Amino acid sequence: MSRIAAKFSALQSQNRKALIPFITAGDPEPGQTLPLMRALVAGGADIIELGVPFSDPMADGPTIQRASERALAYGVSLRIVLGMVHEFRKVDATTPVVLMGYANPVEAYGLENFARDAQAAGVDGVLIVDYPPEECAEFSRVMKAVGIDPIFLLAPTSVEARFADVAQLGSGYIYYVSLKGVTGSATIDLDEVARRIPAIRAQVGMPVGVGFGIRDAVSAARIASVADAVVIGSKIIETIEQAPAGTAPALVTAFLREVRAAMDKREQA
Amino acid sequence: MQVNEYNMPDDRGHFGKYGGIFVAETLIPALAELNAAYEQAQKDPEFRAEFEDELEHYVGRPSPIYHAKRWSQLLGGAQIYLKREDLNHTGAHKINNCIGQALLARRMGKPRVIAETGAGQHGVATATVAARYGMDCVVYMGSEDIRRQAANVYRMKLLGAKVVPVESGSKTLKDALNEAMRDWVTNIADTFYIIGTVAGPHPYPMMVRDFQAVIGRECLGQMSALAGRQPDQVIACVGGGSNAMGIFYDYIPHTDVKLVGVEAAGHGIESGKHAASLTAGRPGVLHGNRTYLLQDANGQIIETHSISAGLDYPGVGPEHAWLKDSGRAEYVTVTDDEALAAFHDLCGYEGIIPALESSHALAYAKRLAPTLAQDRILLVNLSGRGDKDMHTVAEKSGIQF
Repeated sequence: MSRIAAKFSALQSQNRKALIPFITAGDPEPGQTLPLMRALVAGGADIIELGVPFSDPMADGPTIQRASERALAYGVSLRIVLGMVHEFRKVDATTPVVLMGYANPVEAYGLENFARDAQAAGVDGVLIVDYPPEECAEFSRVMKAVGIDPIFLLAPTSVEARFADVAQLGSGYIYYVSLKGVTGSATIDLDEVARRIPAIRAQVGMPVGVGFGIRDAVSAARIASVADAVVIGSKIIETIEQAPAGTAPALVTAFLREVRAAMDKREQA
Repeated sequence: MQVNEYNMPDDRGHFGKYGGIFVAETLIPALAELNAAYEQAQKDPEFRAEFEDELEHYVGRPSPIYHAKRWSQLLGGAQIYLKREDLNHTGAHKINNCIGQALLARRMGKPRVIAETGAGQHGVATATVAARYGMDCVVYMGSEDIRRQAANVYRMKLLGAKVVPVESGSKTLKDALNEAMRDWVTNIADTFYIIGTVAGPHPYPMMVRDFQAVIGRECLGQMSALAGRQPDQVIACVGGGSNAMGIFYDYIPHTDVKLVGVEAAGHGIESGKHAASLTAGRPGVLHGNRTYLLQDANGQIIETHSISAGLDYPGVGPEHAWLKDSGRAEYVTVTDDEALAAFHDLCGYEGIIPALESSHALAYAKRLAPTLAQDRILLVNLSGRGDKDMHTVAEKSGIQF
């Protein structure tokens, strides 16, 4: 069983939901990534989504774009990100790591080479934002061949016909983008999410994580009441961005603990 | 290659291995809606008739072809003919596509249009049609381009558009495109994104080409009438590649006509400061399609340079990528200095002030003409006029207004 499947299975038996924080690898500088990943785990992260910096992050808002630009200023490439995951695996053998990024750095690396090196580094899942199902049968095949989960997005605007494509090509979990727009924008429509999730879960046969627009413990707990996982990105990046030098890991841990507590409290209630 | 049966792209927008739909899931339904609306519009004679009527009465088509006899004589070789897209309303070929997409937006009931712009030509054309059809208009433009193209920014504002400066990345066309995509994904219900070039996710490369194909279609008839035959070579500048696709498209089956796209070599390919994606790039994925891109070893998109803002783009339309690989078209490069020299030639010898973009195509004709016999014919797409470039050219010549 993959680390991601094992994690969801363990959580389910405890009647808990997954907390999935996102940070951009190399932000605010490469030396901070490992301490931040450990800080996320200390705060209660079940899975870590690690952003691979890209020069043109079209689907992201200004917060994550700035994180990408800070990392790129240090020359953080996909190869360096894989090295970071390798280092993380030396101190944490259980927390799944999902790389999230754009197609071009992966294609420049070479799909087969990337699959081989990502597996060796200890990557568990890969989400390529600009690979919709119709363009990535090959990507899905290559990832699955090395035991890495290809993770796909669904959106409020997705028609039901797409659920089957995603069910066939994807594994691990589905990332449901909870609002129209880019990362970090606006607020979430909980009723809409609550209405869609059961149908999606039933058709894709995978856990469904919800992200985009979740900024605090209250909204995280509300999402946890309907989804299998809660993804938080921009708010963590903002915390890192505004943290006085050296304090980011502690602040991130504190923020996630608050979110974790709210999510777990709901589940006990 | 069976160019007689040219029927690119396939139904998912692939030109061979190029093109496609590489966007986040959030955009997929909007593209499907657009694709369906476009397919239906194309089959509707009323839509075609209205498009053609607008081109005739509002844009001023057909644009003439002009034989640049004096310049040809001075160069001492092949005859240079100019397709005068610079004489269109708003001064460039961009308006052809904007009319088409705005009519489609209206048909789809979208009251708001957005656009990205580099040189400002596409922004002006979009602002123009938005005013013409009573639509709200927002144009995204890199802050570096806003500085270089102040006159066009003012034009857009006069036409009622809101111009939003883009400060991210290299602050040029590619960043404006990123920002326009973000607006679109956020405001999908009421907004139509008018892409200005033959790039982006399907159906844009095909749709923009179709709206621009009027250029080549007119040339086929006009060259017969003017010269009694088709040209030996058709030459056009290539940034994203819309004016080139527009003039190439109907010539693709005419395999005895050579098609030449001219990319911006900036300070020279070897300097690394250029915008020649087909000549010096590698295939990759950006802005919704697979195509040739200027990128570093790690797949990061690199900043480009050209004296002409309209060519300053690290990608290129996927159909050009396919035409290059198949050998049907050839792609060459011209430096800033060569483009400037051709710019001054056309001003001085023909009384025509060309856009700096188009000056790249002119510069290649200038290089080529003296090597060919006087009965050879080169047809150059003079895609836009140079009024917008006064500031840049004056600066280069050390002149201050």
